[in-house]
Amino acid sequence: MINVATKNRIKDKLFEYWGVISTLIGVVLLVVFMTDIFMEGISRIDATFFTNSPSGLKPETSGIFPALLGTLWILILTASISIPLGVGAGIYLEEYSEKNWVSSLLEINISNLAGVPSIIYGLLGLEVFVRIMGLGKSVVAGALTLSLLVLPIVIVATREAIKSVPNSIKQAAYGLGATKWQTIWTQVLPSSIGGILTGVILALSRAIGETAPLIVVGAAAYIYDAPDGLLSEYTVIPMQIYTWMPDAREAMKVNAAAGIIVLLMITLVMNGFAVYLRNRWQKKVKW
Amino acid sequence: MSEKKIMLEARNVDVFYGEFQAIKNIDMKINEKSVTAFIGPSGCGKSTFLRVLNRMNDYVEGFALRGEIEIDGEKIYRKSVKVEELRKKVGMVFQKPNPFPKSIYENVAFGLKIQGITDKAFIEERVINSLKQVALWDEVKDQLKKSALALSGGQQQRLCIARTLAVEPSVILMDEPTSALDPISTSKIEELLQDLKKKYTIVIVTHNMQQAARVSDDTAFFYMGELIEFDKTDKIFTNPSMEKTESYITGRFG
Repeated sequence: MINVATKNRIKDKLFEYWGVISTLIGVVLLVVFMTDIFMEGISRIDATFFTNSPSGLKPETSGIFPALLGTLWILILTASISIPLGVGAGIYLEEYSEKNWVSSLLEINISNLAGVPSIIYGLLGLEVFVRIMGLGKSVVAGALTLSLLVLPIVIVATREAIKSVPNSIKQAAYGLGATKWQTIWTQVLPSSIGGILTGVILALSRAIGETAPLIVVGAAAYIYDAPDGLLSEYTVIPMQIYTWMPDAREAMKVNAAAGIIVLLMITLVMNGFAVYLRNRWQKKVKW
Repeated sequence: MSEKKIMLEARNVDVFYGEFQAIKNIDMKINEKSVTAFIGPSGCGKSTFLRVLNRMNDYVEGFALRGEIEIDGEKIYRKSVKVEELRKKVGMVFQKPNPFPKSIYENVAFGLKIQGITDKAFIEERVINSLKQVALWDEVKDQLKKSALALSGGQQQRLCIARTLAVEPSVILMDEPTSALDPISTSKIEELLQDLKKKYTIVIVTHNMQQAARVSDDTAFFYMGELIEFDKTDKIFTNPSMEKTESYITGRFG
């Protein structure tokens, strides 16, 4: 007969093992996947991979130059559209809007929008930007679509960051005769910029990995030049990977793997930067 | 002896938070260049009344005020009054020291900079003067660029007072300014009040009866949103007219 204490200890141990196994499964799968991709693609990564254009005829010398530049264009455009809008909306909702049923409805909707499948945003972008606004299959239409996708995340991140600024600091500023805007600009934003930037970067690193909405709004499957203007045609790295992947030729599969490595590196650098910013600001501002 | 000018006057002031009436029909006249203490048990309305004097309650949901408050001849709840202007004239020091997460210098300069003042020499002079007035200058003169958050609690609170002085208010409202401080820092601030009242009108909310007795010229006793008694501090603490006042200051309730 096992007594209760022993039973509880066994349960405790079992739960611990369960936790370890759950963690390991995630980590192991990721490592296996990464190794696989690296083994396959690393041989293709050299300077020419970054400077060459893709070619359907010569897969061995194909590169991701147009896709890399396309991703950069998309990144910069999406940032310049979504940051002012998202931060502005976040500030408004947190600091200005009256708390009533309209604002709570708005809040619930924004939180829910963050979870909408990205292809839905693609369809919205197709209708509004590509067709109604007549932007066509342009890089700006793609950036606008991705901006819609990341806006909810930016708004939520901004609100959370602003919320963490203690009320006493705002009171101090008001008490000295600061207007609401002066208080936000001189106290609230500088103290919450770390949190806001972290959210923005994480949102953008999600955006540059998106393929589905860009397929819908017409990122090109094969394109040989980098975009040269807002209305230029474009492709992005995930799109390039997506077109290489189903190709039967072995060299194309290697290209796809190499493309994945590049995309992973970009996301890794961005996420690392976000972590760095968060730590730096946490150290600088302590209440 | 010449009569002092009246700096602040409240007439029939009622304050509501939604349905709840926090202040009931208060009349009060406060002389310039004096220290007035607001005492009373928690929730008696003394902090609410203090915050009404520079309209810090404007942002509180459901806040409504009836009656008239006049500071330095200006009816402060009139539509034409700009709150920002009012708060330059009626400064505030809070319960917990709340310096901005900026340098010592920037903290004191803040009130001037938001007014659009850019004259560096002028700002610097004000910063130095303000720090001297709160007796903080000697302690911080070599580290003005250091973060204000590195100062001790008592220094932070004196910095917050200096920050308020820099915009040259006529009235300074203090909401339990020493309740988060140790006894030595507390006595420094109490000494400071005696200096400051030569130039400023000071209203201080305190839970500490000895403090009220030590620092103030006049004392107002609040209870359940009403002003029970308002008189010279000596009178309140030695020979109060109201029974409620007496039982509160002798510690029978509250």
